[in-house]
Amino acid sequence: MTTAALSPTMISKAALFEAQAVKTSARRNRLLSLPALIIIGIFGVLPLIIICVYSFLVAAPYGGVQWQFSTDAYLNFLFQRDIFDDTLQFTPDFLIIYLRSFLFAVVTTVICLLLGFPTAYFMATRPPAQRNWWVLLITIPFWSNLLVRTLAIMFIIRDEGLINNALIGLGVIDKPITMLYTNFAIQLGLLYAFLPFMVLPLYSSLEKLDFRLIEAAYDLYATRRQVLWRVIIPLSKPGIIAGCLLVFIPALGAYVTPLILGGGIHLMIGDLIAQQFGSGRNWPLGCAQALILMAAVLVALYFYVRNTSGKVQHG
Amino acid sequence: MGIAFENQVAAPQLPSRPAYGDNQTGTHLPERAGSLNGVIVPEQPGKNAIEVRGVRKVFGTGENQVAALDTVSVSIRENEFFTLLGPSGCGKTTLLRLIAGFDFPTAGEILLHRQDIAPLPPFKRPVNTVFQSYALFPHMTVAQNIGFGLEMLGKPKAEIEARVAQMLKLVKMEALKARRTSQISGGQQQRVALARALAPQPKVLLLDEPLSALDYKLRKEMQIELKRLQHETGITFIFVTHDQEEALTMSDRIAVMSAGKILQVGTPRDIYDRPAERFVADFIGETNFLPGTVVSKQAGVATVKFAGDATISAGYPEGFDPTGEVTLVVRPEHADLVPDPAKGTIAGTLANIVYFGTDTHYHVKLDGGGENFIVRHQNSRSSPVTFATGAKVGIQFEEDAARVLKD
Repeated sequence: MTTAALSPTMISKAALFEAQAVKTSARRNRLLSLPALIIIGIFGVLPLIIICVYSFLVAAPYGGVQWQFSTDAYLNFLFQRDIFDDTLQFTPDFLIIYLRSFLFAVVTTVICLLLGFPTAYFMATRPPAQRNWWVLLITIPFWSNLLVRTLAIMFIIRDEGLINNALIGLGVIDKPITMLYTNFAIQLGLLYAFLPFMVLPLYSSLEKLDFRLIEAAYDLYATRRQVLWRVIIPLSKPGIIAGCLLVFIPALGAYVTPLILGGGIHLMIGDLIAQQFGSGRNWPLGCAQALILMAAVLVALYFYVRNTSGKVQHG
Repeated sequence: MGIAFENQVAAPQLPSRPAYGDNQTGTHLPERAGSLNGVIVPEQPGKNAIEVRGVRKVFGTGENQVAALDTVSVSIRENEFFTLLGPSGCGKTTLLRLIAGFDFPTAGEILLHRQDIAPLPPFKRPVNTVFQSYALFPHMTVAQNIGFGLEMLGKPKAEIEARVAQMLKLVKMEALKARRTSQISGGQQQRVALARALAPQPKVLLLDEPLSALDYKLRKEMQIELKRLQHETGITFIFVTHDQEEALTMSDRIAVMSAGKILQVGTPRDIYDRPAERFVADFIGETNFLPGTVVSKQAGVATVKFAGDATISAGYPEGFDPTGEVTLVVRPEHADLVPDPAKGTIAGTLANIVYFGTDTHYHVKLDGGGENFIVRHQNSRSSPVTFATGAKVGIQFEEDAARVLKD
């Protein structure tokens, strides 16, 4: 409407100016992106190449690699070479850890979504002045180190911890419930660590939601449930996708949480890979495991994004 | 052309929706007099679609309490184009939201076909709204938006498609049905919003300043379009606006609101010619206010004396007893200029002449003092302009032009 008020000459001048601005800004943008590109090159692409190369080498006896091509690392992922007759035998140990990790990550993502959505909706429907306080509260855990917070969980759930002492003190139970070093402990730790990563993107997309649309849907005979499924969820899809990715990917590669709360008994992929570079002294295997994880995530991502974006279009 | 809205597929009433009296609205198109441009509609004894009884709405608590609606009662008839007119903050949108069900009244009842709907949530009321912001769903196409209400009512797919096609035709949007709502213009969005609200065949359509976002020309077009749609569908329209011209041209009846109260309900002509209060006269159209003193009165006509010792007889509304100092109200077009000051009702000096194209306004400085009196003269090619600024003139009132009003 504003352009209609401008004279044609003004428009053409503006267009010319804009075209020039676009050209110079494109050149400037390339220059500005240089530092980022250098950082990504040195700390992102280069290590990835090294990992890729190492995964095809032979492990040296005391760590490191010998420069000799081998696909053993990938074979060892699924098979074990028999010491006596040199045949390959299928060993699903690593695969089980991968599947377990996927399960942990999926459960974490789903529960975070179920807990995070109402939380974010609550925050987004507060008066604007209040909302920032709620965001601040959500970010408080970030103020201290994840390791410290995980150790704190340990003190809460261990046999002589807060929960068990309280329950025994109240006479509810007479023997402590074992929670630490179980799958439950890992799951709890993951949920605790990643919930804010779900809430924040959900909040930012719900905050932008036009609540008059919800009124309009009510007016058009939609019940509360229908409003949720037909209007609120489709419109907050970008936040849901971002939140799920931000939770799922780091949860899959979680290292500290399962190490401390799982006590090294219940491994996840992150611990497994770390082992290869530490006590396992098998760098190529560690590299191969990392690359297999990456490939798995990329495949999962591909299907996830393809499915969800399709749903958005069908609305 | 009423057929456009008739049921093509017999639609069973949903059990979840309360049955409201006879199901005539929508298919029944009464013979009705046109009411474009303020032509008086004969008072129909028709049934009331909406009855608002003693409704109060208070927002906030404690010291911050604000009564947005202060005990309002009004009846809106079936098939009527009813307008709630008033300045912003007068409570007109609050009343509309109470009828829609977005808010609930603090006290009083709202009847739809004699059934109290005040406690029902919006999705249980056969009432639809056209929002000021249109509130179209951005993740759906034009057709999906229009079909949304029917889909939520659980209508069969074939019926939804048929009705959506009908509605697209009704608002002339067939070509754009597959577009996203973000890909169409404001005027087109307006049409989609209308079609979406009309598609479920509501008993009453609520319109919350739907034309305020459109530019002048489009607004004029949509005013006529809205009138046409109301005529074709036979649905009761309740229209909220602060634009008095819009209210006068479109409405069958108007309720003028101020500060949470309804001041007057009547046809556009009633409201314009016989305003009940000074506020109504002031808010609708231009008006001259003259201070005066009541000398005598009988049978609804008062004789009023004002500065310069001129006297005039003026009508006053029922239930109002003017005494002492009063204000006289005269519409600018109900007065005329005469060259001889002695021949007019009051005399003055022509202070200013403002040309408006269709008419000319003469600002007269009265000999008795006070605000300038404005006389509006419709221009025609044959009428010569004979007055010049500074000339002494008389102002003549048409019969019944002056009225005494409550302040």
